[in-house]
Amino acid sequence: MTAYVLRRICLFPVVAFGVTILIFTLLQALPPAARAMLFIQNPEQATAIAAIIRKYDLDKPMYVQYGHWLRQVVHGDLGYSQSARMPVAQAIATFFPATLELTGYAFGLIILVGITLGTAAAVHRDGVVDHVSRIFSICGYSLPVFVWGLLLLLVFYGNLQWFPPERLSLAAGLYVQSRAFHAYTGLVTVDAVLNGSWWVLWDAARHLVLPVVTLTYFLAATLVRITRSAVLDSLSQEYIRTARGKGLAESAVIARHARRNALIPVITLSSSILIGLLGGVVITETIFNYPGIGRWGATAALELDVPAVAGFALLVAGVTVLVNLAADVLYGYVDPRVRLR
Amino acid sequence: MTLDALAHRLGARPDATATAAAIVLAAYLLQKSPAVRGLPALARAAVWTVAWFALVAAAAPIVAPPPAFRDPYQIPTSSFAIEPQPPDAAHPLGTTENQFDLYYGIVWGARSAFKVTLSIVGVSLALGLVLGTVAGYYGGAIDEVVMRVTDVFLAFPSLILAVVIVAVLGKGIDKVILAISAVNWPIYARLVRGEVLSLTGREFVTASRALGGSDIRIMLRHVVPNAMFPFLVYGSLDMGNIVIVSAALSFLGLGTEIGYADWGQLIALSRKWILGAPGHAFVYWYTVVFPAVAITGFVLGWNILGDAIRDRADPRLRTRGGLP
Repeated sequence: MTAYVLRRICLFPVVAFGVTILIFTLLQALPPAARAMLFIQNPEQATAIAAIIRKYDLDKPMYVQYGHWLRQVVHGDLGYSQSARMPVAQAIATFFPATLELTGYAFGLIILVGITLGTAAAVHRDGVVDHVSRIFSICGYSLPVFVWGLLLLLVFYGNLQWFPPERLSLAAGLYVQSRAFHAYTGLVTVDAVLNGSWWVLWDAARHLVLPVVTLTYFLAATLVRITRSAVLDSLSQEYIRTARGKGLAESAVIARHARRNALIPVITLSSSILIGLLGGVVITETIFNYPGIGRWGATAALELDVPAVAGFALLVAGVTVLVNLAADVLYGYVDPRVRLR
Repeated sequence: MTLDALAHRLGARPDATATAAAIVLAAYLLQKSPAVRGLPALARAAVWTVAWFALVAAAAPIVAPPPAFRDPYQIPTSSFAIEPQPPDAAHPLGTTENQFDLYYGIVWGARSAFKVTLSIVGVSLALGLVLGTVAGYYGGAIDEVVMRVTDVFLAFPSLILAVVIVAVLGKGIDKVILAISAVNWPIYARLVRGEVLSLTGREFVTASRALGGSDIRIMLRHVVPNAMFPFLVYGSLDMGNIVIVSAALSFLGLGTEIGYADWGQLIALSRKWILGAPGHAFVYWYTVVFPAVAITGFVLGWNILGDAIRDRADPRLRTRGGLP
């Protein structure tokens, strides 16, 4: 196991290098002038495109350009994002906390719903709960996330006016940016608690409901199925019979023996849930006009804001690779059978 | 429509009529076959759902005849008004933004959906089969290189890499097919490689080698046919996923060109109208509901069908692959 984890860690730079090559190869389909935007840090420089093309050899073979670009990337100079009107690195710093807040709540809710419903379905196999959870999950992975999000928006905002889109209302948005409000973390709900401004918390929570529910439904469906089959699997094991035989209450059998052992496949799945969230935020943030990296990436792709697209791709790939690595390490840690081997 | 008019339409497009008739016949034979009879009720319903979509796609030129001398995939518009119009006699499902006819868009959208999914599964199967077989069979450096390349592609959530590719290449259904194929093949390659690895150590492969079989012969005659099945199962499970990703691209405005018959685009066109008018949230309900039903039905059909095939074929293949 240690050898396996070490190998994964050693492969990390190889994959990271490959990711930069893949992104830069894709950018070769564009004219040099579009790639020149990768090398500017403020809009004034955009007037001197010809000079930038010459300076960074953007009309030369790809490996020459790649060297220049990689040097910039390593220094954190990712270019200027025209769609966000700020440098890419600053755009990431601005939008990432909003996405982190959204995905954080969604991830928690996914785990809660997925494990609760999955366990209940397994315990009451072929009962009402099981059938309901089956329909819940089949619809969950068949209903495209944009259809589901739009329907929620139609009913809960269009009709009922309960949960508005975007991140904050105008008043709360202005207040959050004012001096009176101290941004400790960039996560509005956390900052609101730290500042003691409960109306901001209420406002932020109302705006978070729909996107969080959208993301949760689309990803909890798979988790429900996996948890169900894992719990069913562990309920048929001999240690469950032992636990029942020694007179443990059924709830303790399920919570302490069946479910705990079923959590191992769930942990491996949680990394693909996190990665699914990264894909899901592009659509969800676009629907709800939520100012996170997903909406920024989608707008950038639409407006062909090359530095933003490249920076967004690098960021997402970096997070994905790290999440996978963490899952591998965690897997070895939680499963003693793997660790001892 | 009168019978005469129907007969005329059928006669006008003999190719579509023949394909539609073949699908009806195939569906009838499937209904009689023991393989389908043995399926649970839900899976049988899914077979019919998919057959229905195939029929709609095949019969598109008959049930929604395109205007003469125009690209049939381009949805006709009846006027230059922007506001969607509710269903009426001329537009059975109403019109969406810019007067694109929803009925026409959904019928021809079924064709686009099959075109996109079958092309992408085909390309991914071919690429995955070749690279996965070579990697698994030869092992060593070749295997290492192919696997590291798949690692790089799998370092992105599938939708995001597809977004980047389409952003760079531009709009169009061919670019959508290219982008999603590029995102998809690594999963197929890995799947095949795993199968091939477990097959190359088997006795029949050793026997063939002892008899003097060349590498190519062993791969084509002994390894690939045995590795195919789980692979096709995955392909059927992947159909729903592909249609979601391609519709998502169109939804973001990166997929097909404006007016192309494509469900994702119809949903994108409904976005501005989704909130309705003040006090009347549901006035434009038809702009989102009809395309949503089409796409969800298609995905649901393939997912349930794929699940049934998988359960029957191989209970080990239980986890679903990369989420969209």
